[in-house]
Amino acid sequence: MGGMAVAALLAAVAVGSAQGASALLRAHWPRRSPAAAILLWQALGLASGLAAVGALLAVGVGGQGTRRAGVLGGLTMLARRLAAGHWLDPNEPLAVTAVRALTLAAGFALLTVLWLVLVMAFAAAIGARRRQRELLALLAHGDPKAPGALVIDYPAAAAYCLPGIRSQIVVSAGTLDLLAPAELAAVLAHERAHLRARHDLVLIPFTSLRRAFPRSRVITQAYQNVALLVEMMADDRALRVRGLVARELATALLRFGTAGTRCAVPAGALAVAEGELTARVNRLLAPPPPLSRPVQAVIVLAAAVLAAAPVLLLITP
Amino acid sequence: MNRLGDLERAIMEVLWLTETSLTVRQVSNGLTQRNLAHTTVMTVLDRLAKKGFARRERDGRAWRYRPAETREAYVAELMLTALEQTGDRDAALARFAQSVSGAEAVVLREALARLEREQLAEGDSEIALWGEWPSRHYSPRSP
Repeated sequence: MGGMAVAALLAAVAVGSAQGASALLRAHWPRRSPAAAILLWQALGLASGLAAVGALLAVGVGGQGTRRAGVLGGLTMLARRLAAGHWLDPNEPLAVTAVRALTLAAGFALLTVLWLVLVMAFAAAIGARRRQRELLALLAHGDPKAPGALVIDYPAAAAYCLPGIRSQIVVSAGTLDLLAPAELAAVLAHERAHLRARHDLVLIPFTSLRRAFPRSRVITQAYQNVALLVEMMADDRALRVRGLVARELATALLRFGTAGTRCAVPAGALAVAEGELTARVNRLLAPPPPLSRPVQAVIVLAAAVLAAAPVLLLITP
Repeated sequence: MNRLGDLERAIMEVLWLTETSLTVRQVSNGLTQRNLAHTTVMTVLDRLAKKGFARRERDGRAWRYRPAETREAYVAELMLTALEQTGDRDAALARFAQSVSGAEAVVLREALARLEREQLAEGDSEIALWGEWPSRHYSPRSP
């Protein structure tokens, strides 16, 4: 395949992924099978990023041996030529070389940005968790009412978990007062589900993308969508614990969500937005049927193809 | 929790109790565990100072220690991260739920009241609760 053909295909994958993301945002099925939807989100994110970088690199490499070695092979050839001191191709007009060089630089810049924001998000999360652990070591205590969790003497309702190797579930004393024992058990099971499945690792690429492109609507909505799906997954897993009832998790959510808010309705707020909490409560009390096995298999397959496409396009000659 | 962690915590408790800064000896006397070596207490105080939880100042030939922040300030720091209401979840931790405000809070409150009424009236029976709920649609979060 010619360099330009590969570039066009990669660009098509990038644009297609973006359109797929908007379609997935509007879809109703994700709340039926959140795990499958999250897998598709990850594939869409990976494919769009790789394809965008790849398209720029493919244009930048141009005719440099892509016919035989693919874009990656072309890049190595280009690097070898530059190392040997052959900066200019005598068969190519100077303007074309300049455009190619700029596109190549843009491709590497995008790759660097994507990589850096991911690393920085990881570092920030690790730093924040270390600080939390240090403070918890000085301030938290155990409580027989909340087995397996640390309690902080604070009146407002708060419950969260610190993921990582030494994971930790934290609840405020206010939470113990707010919730009935069965509700508290449901909250703890939900947090344990987050920790066991390492949902933090699922979320972090989307968090980092959002930090990198705060103005992008699609990225913001994708992030919010994935965050909600992760919560739904943890809700589902919590309900697998014996003796836990969906209604108790729902009332715990409702108590939590409405605790501490003043009941003032802002003027003109007649239309009720369905927020995360409403969506989760609705789903717990009237659970939609999960997607059938074959449909789920098709989604998994689609995700695999989508993630593999840009990689294959980059390496095939 | 490890022994060193327990000791750090116990020493911070002593520092938080008084308004003034304390010498190592005074900290030792304030601890319930009395048989600790002077150097042990000094080492732990040093660690706390390095971590930024304690401040130390020279007083003649001895060091005096005091907490960098009040206990309440640290609790507030912990909980502020946990309660962050921006809707922008930090990747560091996973919260159970964030509180809502405005019209959604009103609807959720009503739903909770309805669920509680039903629980009282008929135990755990399942009834269609959601017929009256507003249909699902998106609009930007109210500030």
